[in-house]
Amino acid sequence: MMKKNHVVESITKERMVQLLASGKRLDGRALDQPRNLNIETGVIPKANGSARVTLGNTLVLAGVKIATGIPFPDTPDKGILMVNAEILPMSSPYAEAGPPSEDAIELARVTDRGIRESEMVDMTKLGLIPGKSVIAVFVDCNIMNVDGNLFDATSYAVVSALRTAKMNRYVVKDDKAVATDELIPVPVERTPVSVTIARIGDKLVVDPNSEEEASMDMRITITTDDYGNICASQKGEASTISPEQVLQAADTSISVGKAIRAKILEATS
Amino acid sequence: MAGTKKLIDENGIRLDGRKWNELRPIKLQVGVMKNADGSAYIEWGKNKIMAAVYGPKEVHPKHQVLPDRALLRCRYHMAPFSVDERKNPAPSRREIEISKVIREALVSAVIVEDYPRTAIEVWVEVLQSDGGSRVAGITAASLALADAGINMRDLVVGCSCGLIGEQVVSDLDDTEDKEGNGDMPVAIMPNLGLVSLLQVDGVYTRENFQKAFELAIEKGKQIYQMQREALTTRFFGGEAQSTEVEEAAE
Repeated sequence: MMKKNHVVESITKERMVQLLASGKRLDGRALDQPRNLNIETGVIPKANGSARVTLGNTLVLAGVKIATGIPFPDTPDKGILMVNAEILPMSSPYAEAGPPSEDAIELARVTDRGIRESEMVDMTKLGLIPGKSVIAVFVDCNIMNVDGNLFDATSYAVVSALRTAKMNRYVVKDDKAVATDELIPVPVERTPVSVTIARIGDKLVVDPNSEEEASMDMRITITTDDYGNICASQKGEASTISPEQVLQAADTSISVGKAIRAKILEATS
Repeated sequence: MAGTKKLIDENGIRLDGRKWNELRPIKLQVGVMKNADGSAYIEWGKNKIMAAVYGPKEVHPKHQVLPDRALLRCRYHMAPFSVDERKNPAPSRREIEISKVIREALVSAVIVEDYPRTAIEVWVEVLQSDGGSRVAGITAASLALADAGINMRDLVVGCSCGLIGEQVVSDLDDTEDKEGNGDMPVAIMPNLGLVSLLQVDGVYTRENFQKAFELAIEKGKQIYQMQREALTTRFFGGEAQSTEVEEAAE
């Protein structure tokens, strides 16, 4: 993501590949070691839930807003969940204001897919009046500082914000949904964890930073749930991956994801 | 989650009569458009998709020129009449994402270094959509690139596999995609043995993940034989004619 113009980073690729051959990375991490993850929740009191997540120098702020809405015709009794992400122009010298870039659209859709497909939120508990009114949960992510791997940082921010979000309990009165003052948690069932792995030369590295993203040939994001199931994935970038490395990446995502899930649960319980 | 309809019966037969590992009928035709430098048309189940290639050509706007290779542009677009409810013709976020992953799936096969400072454009138009339109689009687009005489390392062929309940199945149609439990589009370069597109949704055990992934590769190799035949017909079989390939009995 946003690799163009990283002239200096491209020159460092050769050295990066040499180091990787001996199992080392430029910043000293092991190949399967993600950067330091820090999660702070409740940072925006006006939001129903919020989380400020740093993954190395990547900084993402996610906010949850909850309202009532009209259900989709094919799911009349289920709530609505929408995850969106915006790469702010302040986030990097290469980011621009204006309509969302292809990268930003992919980021938002891949993050949404991980949350949706894992069935993190029990949508059946968000129905109010079938076909007429349901609870709509919007999660918007502001990418504030870019240093690689926006996919994972954004996903952790969404999961943390949702896990700590509070919403009004609604009651149905005279065929109308009315908010009460009682605050209840969002019906969260699972903890999806996204793990992004980059291929640089023939090596796979977990949680690439900007420098590594500028040199990577291929990127794969795999989201797993609490039971070690795989619930979403997206391969990106112009190069390919061998079938063996796909399966290797799946195993890495399951094991690395487990440690990250423990951190998220600790920060949000 | 699965709807009320039963997508697969107790004998393992799907709504359209297929077994778990069978493909829908596929028809490929190469060199079907007059103006385009290369083109291919695919019918895959109810999908009807046209792919056309222009280039290598001059790059406009010029600031997009890549000094050492060709710029590959790709647009996946669905016609407003291609789906049940009219689709707004403006590109949706879904189409923008699919255009990106199709481009990334094709660009590793095209020898872009052979055409510096040029653009190669790939237009994929979904005229009628069923499940698996992106992999069908990729399968047709790589034929259109070959038809345009663009240097390539390999063809690219796609197939989508997925889940109905806990059963891994190949080549989901529209109903199975919407009401089934997972969809996994995969594109491969069959001779190089490499994966150039992989997307997953649904909940897969590690075992089912591998099973669906490997089935998609196996089916892709089968469709690759149809691609070869379609190209052979185009260049050695006289008039361009459709090549219908029946699936080998399982």
